[in-house]
Amino acid sequence: MLISLYIMLGLALILGGLLGIAALLFKVEGDPLVARIDAILPQTQCGQCGYPGCKPYATAIAAGEADINQCPPGGDAGAHALADLMGMEYKPINAANGVEKPKAVAFIDEEVCIGCTLCIQACPVDAILGAAKHMHTIIASECTGCELCVAPCPVDCISMIPIAENPDNWKWKYPVIPIMAVPFESNNAN
Amino acid sequence: MNAIINFASNLIRGVSSNKDVFKFNGGVHPHDHKAESTTLPISQLAIPEKLTLPLRQHVGHIPKILVQVGDFVLKGQMLAEPEGSVSAAIHAPTSGTISAINEQVIPHPSGLPDMCITLTPDGKETWAQLQPTDWRNTDKKVLVDSLRSSGIVGLGGATFPTHIKLRINGKSNVHTLVINAAECEPYITCDDMLMRERADQVIKGIEIVQHLLGAEKCIIGIEDNKSQAASAMTSASTNRAMQVKVVPTLYPSGDARRLIHLLLDIEIPNDKRSTDVGIQVFNIATVLAIYRYFEFGEPSINRIVTMTGNVARPQNFEVLFGSPLQSLIAAAGGAKADTTHYIMGGPMMGFDLPNEQVPITKAANCIIAAAPHLFAEPTPAMPCIRCARCADACPVNLQPQELYWFSKSDNFEKARDYDLFDCIECGCCTYVCPSDIPLVQYYRYAKSEIIAADKAKEAADLARERNDFRLARIEREKLERAQKHAERAQAGKAEAKVADDNKKKPEVSVETVTNADVGTTAATDKQAAIAAAIARAKAQKLASANTIETPTDNLAATEASKTPEVEAAELKAKQDKQALIAAAIERAKAQKLAAAEVGVTPKNVENVSAAVQAEINETDAIREKVKLVTETKKPE
Amino acid sequence: MNRSPYITDAPTVSTIMLKVLLALVPGIIAYTWIYGGGILVSIAIATSTALAAEAMLLKIRQRPIKPYLMDMSAVVTAWLLALALPPLAPWWLVVVGTFFAIVIAKQLYGGLGYNPFNPAMVGYAVLLISFPLIMTKWPAPLLLAEHPLSFMEQLHFIFNHVLPNDIKVDAITSATPLDYLKTQLMLKHEVASITQAPIFGQFGAKGGEIVTSAYLLGGLYLIQQRIISWHLPTAFLAALAAISFAFYAVSPAHYANPLFHLMSGASMLCAFFIITDPISGPTTPRGKLYFAAGVGVLTYLIRVYGGYPDGVAFAVLLMNMCVPLIDAYTQPRVFGHQK
Repeated sequence: MLISLYIMLGLALILGGLLGIAALLFKVEGDPLVARIDAILPQTQCGQCGYPGCKPYATAIAAGEADINQCPPGGDAGAHALADLMGMEYKPINAANGVEKPKAVAFIDEEVCIGCTLCIQACPVDAILGAAKHMHTIIASECTGCELCVAPCPVDCISMIPIAENPDNWKWKYPVIPIMAVPFESNNAN
Repeated sequence: MNAIINFASNLIRGVSSNKDVFKFNGGVHPHDHKAESTTLPISQLAIPEKLTLPLRQHVGHIPKILVQVGDFVLKGQMLAEPEGSVSAAIHAPTSGTISAINEQVIPHPSGLPDMCITLTPDGKETWAQLQPTDWRNTDKKVLVDSLRSSGIVGLGGATFPTHIKLRINGKSNVHTLVINAAECEPYITCDDMLMRERADQVIKGIEIVQHLLGAEKCIIGIEDNKSQAASAMTSASTNRAMQVKVVPTLYPSGDARRLIHLLLDIEIPNDKRSTDVGIQVFNIATVLAIYRYFEFGEPSINRIVTMTGNVARPQNFEVLFGSPLQSLIAAAGGAKADTTHYIMGGPMMGFDLPNEQVPITKAANCIIAAAPHLFAEPTPAMPCIRCARCADACPVNLQPQELYWFSKSDNFEKARDYDLFDCIECGCCTYVCPSDIPLVQYYRYAKSEIIAADKAKEAADLARERNDFRLARIEREKLERAQKHAERAQAGKAEAKVADDNKKKPEVSVETVTNADVGTTAATDKQAAIAAAIARAKAQKLASANTIETPTDNLAATEASKTPEVEAAELKAKQDKQALIAAAIERAKAQKLAAAEVGVTPKNVENVSAAVQAEINETDAIREKVKLVTETKKPE
Repeated sequence: MNRSPYITDAPTVSTIMLKVLLALVPGIIAYTWIYGGGILVSIAIATSTALAAEAMLLKIRQRPIKPYLMDMSAVVTAWLLALALPPLAPWWLVVVGTFFAIVIAKQLYGGLGYNPFNPAMVGYAVLLISFPLIMTKWPAPLLLAEHPLSFMEQLHFIFNHVLPNDIKVDAITSATPLDYLKTQLMLKHEVASITQAPIFGQFGAKGGEIVTSAYLLGGLYLIQQRIISWHLPTAFLAALAAISFAFYAVSPAHYANPLFHLMSGASMLCAFFIITDPISGPTTPRGKLYFAAGVGVLTYLIRVYGGYPDGVAFAVLLMNMCVPLIDAYTQPRVFGHQK
């Protein structure tokens, strides 16, 4: 009886020690949490989450101050990814922060633009070209679609144009041949 | 271990030990249906009433349009020039007038419209000035550069710009040229007929390519179901440094990497190109186009297309690019009554064409009229039973059943780990699947999702970088300002001290004095300093009213030295600015109003013909369908 | 809709399953000849139970019933289980086993294509654990029995467990050669003398070896038809032969020869029909070799050291557990990747 007790105790000690050593030896050096959260965020820098950019929001999530469902541009997929990373329950995007929209780029009506530079100052990624009293233009490839330039425009010359599907960005669709294992009808009926 | 497995596998399968060819894993033997379209010789398709030339006919950048609507162009004249290195030119297939430059439905799996040039032929076939090249006595670099404007792309279906494949950076290390004449897909016979009828020209083309690459060896790979073509090529190539090698009929022997393995027993590493190991592969039709370009100066304006399947007289046609599919169908005797749709390419890798109006492009090697008796409707898929027949059939030696599992469940990272991007989408796995699972469609779906996600990630990284840069810039500007400020303060102090010492010259400090040092300077200097600051602020405010933006550099100074007078000046400046903005807004509003009054209808749709309207409706319907498909994308 | 390739040339799942059933026919004929027509009754009971259970579960799971019943996979499971059970097994034993195999081992895991364990073997293992007495009592082959039962008598026995007047149950049943060998070895007898008993035939069990040979015949047909790959049976039989030879070579007096192991018990049924179930087995060629070899070795070890006479069912289930691991570590080299 006593011997078996000692054996168990000894085993526990040895194995515990081994675990401790292994934890030290095979320590995985990962990115800091903020960087990993930031990598998931879509980097629109739109501020819909209530923070001045993606990084501040990431920092807030890491600190436990912000929820994971405040990023409409990241959408459902983003919320899922964040939930996975943080080991939290998935939550649908908080409607108070906005709704997920198809990706769009800003467009400046150059006829109307007065060259006030207010949008240039608002743009978080410097995607607007122009100088004071000169007409401005959007660098479409660098526009994140954050809409931050729309509000400051005194003459409402900026509009958001959704990116249309063309042969370049077209994607193959999920096969639509009904798969017997997953019948659409019965699933939808439920 | 693997050797034992292979040996045993071969033993069981009774693989013929043809020592000349080196078998790759898997492959399938579909019925080739090639006899139908080889009974008649290649015939010339008449010039249609309208030619539609999509700008997107090759891999790479979209070329830049050189013509305008209404321009008269000659046959062979360049209509769009290549932009960037990987791009190809587009030439007028015949003489005529440019009647439109707009978006039209193109032959693309998406069925979406894209930019096209429409040419109305004048029927005279007036050639532009053509310049044949004496390729034997011209510098290779000059030759390859001139190919850039030939519009020639890989005509086997890959449509990769040819000049890139021939580009010689310094010294070419290509020792072997492989000519791909395997044509392994069922139904397609355009290369077969080309070799039967124009073997001499093809051989001359091979000579040119061999010369350009400096390849001492050349192997022409032909499948053994094309004996006529093989013998034509063999007799044409006698006494030349090339060898015709007949390979067993097995799909997909025509895939470049598979063909190289078959002929040379060399596996091109997955992350390298064939040129990295000194091998370059050209399709037979491409070689012919190169020959015609150098010999006669003819750019790429036509190709041989197999029109087969459910038509009255399946045949090969020499077709001008841009010819509508309808004219080709009509030339083949029309489609039979039960034809449902048309497929571009072969039955293994082709895709449905959106309608009968789409033009023939550089990629169109074969058009098949589909009917239920040729291609049965897909049966509902059963679950995967992991029988691994797909793995046995995969020419890349992938594990399709695993890839299917990962693609189906959107587990894209895993799919990538299992080398999804090595998949060549040949369709062998789907061909042998007992459960009728559309495996290739799952892989295409997964690939496009991964590519889109990668692009989005790239864009996000760029945005992050730019945002970080912007924040850093703002920070830096703030620092610089503070530093300047501090420097100035320092200088001011020093000078004030000097001024203190030499009280006879109080004006010295006036230029740089600020509020901070005002307190420290002697009472006698104070008055003068304040007066100077006010004067400066006034000047600055006045200036800022013009430039709107407040010059921030001296903001601290002006704010600090506010007096009633300054405030008055500031107020005035503000009012000026507001008035300016108000005026601008008024102007803008007026413009917008004017624009609205003109009408909100989109451009160019007021007076359209019935045909165009029908086209628009059709396009809309397609868009609607696409949308529907997207919406019902997948079950949860 | 883009759905290339537009052409296919593959047997359907039903065709594959039907061919497996066809390959079992020689074995069933031999079985009937040796043990009487009772097995046909067992197969009938198992088949109807399997189809009924499958249909019921598909209905509950809201899956289309017809295509899944038509795929015949349930029938294959039923036949394999019926053939693995002792002849003249009572009807309820067959029903319970089949029901468990279809409902628990197959449908509750997601149905066709999703079961990690071989359903027939799960059913068998459950019965073996729950009713060891019935499961280990085999009737002697007809030609050895004191009172060979007619078909009607067998039928009567299966359903009512009643024998003709003067016959006792023990009179028609005996231990299987594997079982007999094990018990006799424990009594310190030597193999050579044990195998002199009448239940032993030329290689394995008297009569049983004919059934086994018929399975081998059916299996070769499946390989010829490319329904199963050669890897699995070859590796299984090779491993079983190798390990039994190793023991036999060391001490022929205490261990039976390799041929006996190959021809006894469920060896051949396992080699060609049980481990070849694609769903619960590995998919890579190398994985198949490892998997089958593992089953072979485990089968032998359980036969020699385990508590049950035959180890096939447990060996298969144990190796089923290792399949994901085997698959993950035996991925073949993709074309163009580093050797």
